[in-house]
Amino acid sequence: MLFGEMIAVALQSIRANLFRGFLTMLGIIIGVGSVITMVSLGSGAQRAIDDQIEALGANILSVSTGGFMHRGVSQNLGTLTIEDADAIARDAEAIAAVVPEKSSRQQVKLGNLNQNLQVVGSTPNFQTVNSYKLAAGKMYTLGDGAAKRRVAVVGHGVAAKFDTQIEGLLGETIYINSIAFEVIGILEPVGQVGWRNVDEQIWMPLETAQFRVFGTDELDRISAQVAIGFTADEGIIDLERILRREHKILPGKDNDFNIGDPTQFFNVRAAATNIFAALLAGIASISLIVGGIGIMNIMLVTVTERTREVGIRKALGATRLNILMQFLVEALILCLFGGAIGILLGTGISTAIARFAGWATIVSPTAIMIAFAFSAGVGLFFGIWPARKAANLNPIDALRYE
Amino acid sequence: MEATALNPDMAQAADGVIVTRELRRRYQMGDTIINALDGVSLQIQPGEYVAIMGPSGSGKSTLMNVIGCLDSPDDGEYWLNDKLVSNLKDHELARIRNQEIGFVFQTFNLLQRATALHNVEVPLIYSGISRKERQRRALEALEQVSLSERKHHQPSELSGGQRQRVAVARALVTRPSILLADEPTGNLDSQTADEIMALFDQLHRAGNTIILVTHDAKIGEHAERVLRMLDGQIESDTRNVPRQ
Ligand SMILES: Nc1ncnc2c1ncn2[C@@H]1O[C@H](COP(=O)(O)OP(=O)(O)OP(=O)(O)O)[C@@H](O)[C@H]1O
Ligand SMILES: [Mg+2]
Repeated sequence: MLFGEMIAVALQSIRANLFRGFLTMLGIIIGVGSVITMVSLGSGAQRAIDDQIEALGANILSVSTGGFMHRGVSQNLGTLTIEDADAIARDAEAIAAVVPEKSSRQQVKLGNLNQNLQVVGSTPNFQTVNSYKLAAGKMYTLGDGAAKRRVAVVGHGVAAKFDTQIEGLLGETIYINSIAFEVIGILEPVGQVGWRNVDEQIWMPLETAQFRVFGTDELDRISAQVAIGFTADEGIIDLERILRREHKILPGKDNDFNIGDPTQFFNVRAAATNIFAALLAGIASISLIVGGIGIMNIMLVTVTERTREVGIRKALGATRLNILMQFLVEALILCLFGGAIGILLGTGISTAIARFAGWATIVSPTAIMIAFAFSAGVGLFFGIWPARKAANLNPIDALRYE
Repeated sequence: MEATALNPDMAQAADGVIVTRELRRRYQMGDTIINALDGVSLQIQPGEYVAIMGPSGSGKSTLMNVIGCLDSPDDGEYWLNDKLVSNLKDHELARIRNQEIGFVFQTFNLLQRATALHNVEVPLIYSGISRKERQRRALEALEQVSLSERKHHQPSELSGGQRQRVAVARALVTRPSILLADEPTGNLDSQTADEIMALFDQLHRAGNTIILVTHDAKIGEHAERVLRMLDGQIESDTRNVPRQ
């Protein structure tokens, strides 16, 4: 029997049992479609986290004082100074830029409105290292710092805090801790970075901050940008080596500073997202199994009918091979069509969710393959197995099958 | 060989010779064993027209199924065209069922979800005949049983007699040399039955071997030879006076 003839017989048989074929395909469509949707939602969420980490600048390390805990006890609260920052800038091969920082929350006043905001004293390179952009005005300079000028650059959200617009804030005088500062620049929106809302911060030259606002020459943070061609770990090793030397810490003693990788903050969220993705994948595999059981049921319910059909065909001259090929082709056609529709449906739903709900979705080819292979496997197995059994019977036994 | 002993005419035997020896077919029903065939030995020459008669349950259908290569006996030998059927491979049996034997089932056994025309076409599919030629021949066979205007009906849309005629058309469509018909006129009015019997007579004159099962003595008269069965055995084997 020719292959074309086999396909014709299979198609005729599908057409003759359209409803049965539809139900089989439905099982495959549900299985494949749901897996694609769920998995693409999960991997979309994971990708969103990755993007956020990347936007943060995974190459910025932060050295801070204190907060270092060892066996539940705070240890060796050391200090960070501008000398430490200079030593890092001078000696650390793996570090490209150093941003010293002193910050705390301060009472800030504009007109008759008071707000409690994070005030940061820092060198002007904080802007370039973090890739912040200016929305209006200009950055302060190293000269402003040397002269301890009372100038400030503010985050994008500060204007709203004082019920005004960017234009209303630029050039105005704000009072920080009752000291007058001129607002000379406003940043573009950045959003939440780690645990800080950058948009509601106020920056001023480090020296101004230390001398006029905080009254100390200590730092509480040094941000260090890892140089291109070096890993974050190499940067950390360099920082640790230099700071231990500067702080004269003996070998075997603990650090009196703390080097943080800001991506760690995201690791918690990434872990949560992984659980979410795993949950979705779990739901997807349940739908896959439900779809598979659907296919199995409809195939098994029709075993009697199929066995009789096999009996008739064998009595009329079909060989065992003819029978097997007919049912194989039939199951293949149903699985391929069902799979294709399921893939279209799943991809369509994922795209629709991405578009209308604004969730990130990524259609994963691996998920498509696994879902398709599983459904097709179930469809093929339960499509062919009864036919195979029937094909091995005497025609008369197949015809009498109850 | 043993067949030689049973069949002295083997040298001249044309296709269609049927020889059985001590066929047995048992069915177990709970504790009781039913001997549906209880040692059936017979010999049917090519071109013979044989009627099998006997009471219900005497084993007629069982014998027909064995002769038609649809069932295998538990014991005994069945030689078809000098070949021991139990030695044949799947594809050889398929070829015999497809091309040498036309079988009309007592219960028709049509594909429920296919049209009359497609039902008649099915054997031709397995003969590897092209679609166009298949349809032409299937239509011709349906015309022979006066059913061509019902060709697009499914079995469920046909009367019992019409289904029987589809079954006859399907058995004839491959022009088999042996026609096995299990009560082919059981559901037919006498006029349609006469038409079918005329068709069989014509096939017989053309040299085909015909074996039919019937309860109707009048139908039996069409045959040259009548085998009477009782309790799985052949009770008598008689020749009809040739009709003029
Ligand atoms: N599949 C089966 N299982 C059990 N017993 C069977 C089976 N097929 C046939 N028999 C028994 O074998 C015996 C012969 O059955 P068979 O069908 O050959 O009778 P028959 O002569 O064709 O009868 P009828 O004229 O009613 O068609 C019966 O007693 C029947 O009950
Ligand atoms: Mg019977």
